[in-house]
Amino acid sequence: MLSSKAFDDYIIPLEQWIEGGVSWLVENFRPQFQAIKWPVEVTLNGIDSLLQMIPPILFLIVLGIIAWRAAGWKVALFGILTLTLVGFLGLWEDTMTTLAMVICAVVFCVIVGIPLGIYASRSNRFESMLRPVLDAMQTTPAFVYLVPVVMLFSIGTVAGVIATIIFAMPPIIRLTNLGIRQVQADVVEASEAFGATKSQILWKVQFPLALPTIMAGLNQTMMLSLSMVVIAALIGAGGLGVPVFEGLNSLRVGLAGIGGISIVLLAMVLDRITQALGTSKHLERNESS
Amino acid sequence: MPQEKVIVSGLFKIFGPNPDRAFKLIDAGKEKDAIFKETGLTVGVQDAEFSINAGEIFVVMGLSGSGKSTLVRMLNRLIEPTAGTVLIDGEDVTAMAPNHLRELRRHSMSMVFQSFALMPHLTVVQNAAFGLEISGINKAERQKRALDALDQVGLKDWARSYPRELSGGMQQRVGLARALAQDPSIMLMDEAFSALDPLIRSEMQDELLKLQDQHERTVVFISHDLHEAMRIGDRIAIMEGGRIVQVGTPDDILNNPADRYVSSFFRGVDPTTVFSVGDVARKSQLTLRWHKGEGFPTAALEQMRQEDRDYAYVLNRHQKFLGVVSSDTLDEAIERNERNLDGALLDNIEPVSAETPLQEILSEVRKYECPVPVINDEGQYMGVISKRTFLRTLEHGAQ
Repeated sequence: MLSSKAFDDYIIPLEQWIEGGVSWLVENFRPQFQAIKWPVEVTLNGIDSLLQMIPPILFLIVLGIIAWRAAGWKVALFGILTLTLVGFLGLWEDTMTTLAMVICAVVFCVIVGIPLGIYASRSNRFESMLRPVLDAMQTTPAFVYLVPVVMLFSIGTVAGVIATIIFAMPPIIRLTNLGIRQVQADVVEASEAFGATKSQILWKVQFPLALPTIMAGLNQTMMLSLSMVVIAALIGAGGLGVPVFEGLNSLRVGLAGIGGISIVLLAMVLDRITQALGTSKHLERNESS
Repeated sequence: MPQEKVIVSGLFKIFGPNPDRAFKLIDAGKEKDAIFKETGLTVGVQDAEFSINAGEIFVVMGLSGSGKSTLVRMLNRLIEPTAGTVLIDGEDVTAMAPNHLRELRRHSMSMVFQSFALMPHLTVVQNAAFGLEISGINKAERQKRALDALDQVGLKDWARSYPRELSGGMQQRVGLARALAQDPSIMLMDEAFSALDPLIRSEMQDELLKLQDQHERTVVFISHDLHEAMRIGDRIAIMEGGRIVQVGTPDDILNNPADRYVSSFFRGVDPTTVFSVGDVARKSQLTLRWHKGEGFPTAALEQMRQEDRDYAYVLNRHQKFLGVVSSDTLDEAIERNERNLDGALLDNIEPVSAETPLQEILSEVRKYECPVPVINDEGQYMGVISKRTFLRTLEHGAQ
């Protein structure tokens, strides 16, 4: 009979193992982890001080131009209006910090994720090894790895960005892999028949044809980074997570509210712009024909 | 003695692991199906042995699954042969190092595909220049050569369009231009025209023959279509179950088929199922332009008398087929004092589509008093099929 005592005789001491493992990592490899932190820190500080330095008016103009070129005048107008509103909510500086964190996280996700996605598209074995890792990265509750992240990278905005990178990277890897695998076999064969090398096939055929899918991945990565903003604030990251977190702690609904609204508005602007980047002009024309 | 451009000997392709097991069974005289049952290996091509002369169109014909696409891909090693040699200008392709093979693909052999395989993200001229770009030729030069190739296939004006904006036939012209731009000495055409409708297909065949007139290339053309093979092939190789059963000129094969498989292409196959209506339609009949003008039936009758015809085919100004008139119905219309041809059109004459297999219009040919009118997708008049044409096709095929 399986009684409630059935598991009392033996408990796998995984809890102790994990604690031991992480402490061992912290004791022996802290300098290495601090070295990983360095490029993230430099990039983040660079973007953040640039965004804090430029006058809001100039920022709004540049944003408007980018949105107009990428997605048309409606999105440009929407972007300018929403961010002006955020400014009048008194959260301009926090918004710029959050934007810097998001851009920094996306940059590292692209630098690491696209090569991994390309490699996964060429090797079935690597793809099947990668898949459970990506599943774990996306589904492990962030609170679980916040503690080891803090132990290894200490607290602050940089640690928050590192946690964000881990959480937001899977879509760009998955969609790069998918996009390249979805390129029609016959155009790849034709390229081979005309004497293309593997890298010519990748850069002249597969990558451009996969680009709309890869951009969809970029869009998702960006949205996931934004969703980590509040959680990152828990470990001392700055930005729009801070008013939300403070509002939560001191039961100031209004403060949490304006922080939340600002995050949503920023997300909408970034989403519209990056979505438009995914549909380049000739592809639109194909769909309409 | 013509110069031999490509010499293929003892060429095998066996799909699956440990192909040696299949060779033992082949030596024991087993057939493809038996080998698959016993080992799970598929014999794609078995002991191919032939040579292709410089400047000829060499058609490899066979039903689907006979190994013809595999065979042609072994010539440029898109598919790696399991055994045997392919000599091109005396050089063994099967032994070439990868970079040497790439050079061969870039400069000497180009390929045209059944599915066109154009790059959807590139314009027509960029597609035509694709092979040149791969070979690292500078932009000005490749632009010039690509436009030149597009000019040869009559698509220069479409250079800046994207492939999706073109019809199937035009897309394949781009595929052809892409191959021509390389100025290759050998062109591999894998069912290049099979995806096109019959009228466009014969137009493309003419185009190929015209290009061949201007500049003799060695063309290896894969087809499952007897009519196409006979029309364009200088020599034809017939494949069955991975083996080449006969190589010869169209006449050789027609008159001395090597075995029953070959002869079945000509004898066993009913020619009316091989040809479509559009393949044999002729524009031999008198056509009249419909208009509302007064006294038109009289003018029409006069024209028919002069040309000594009993029937005339009435079209509008866009060549759309409207109906058939006979001298009798015109006489009656004139008696009734009618001013246009509407009342003189014969009842019960329905045009047939050019894509219909010949066999399906037997009842129309029998029933109609006049030759059966043929129209294309847009309803335009493409010609007629008379009883005589129909019978001649039957006879020709049965020979």
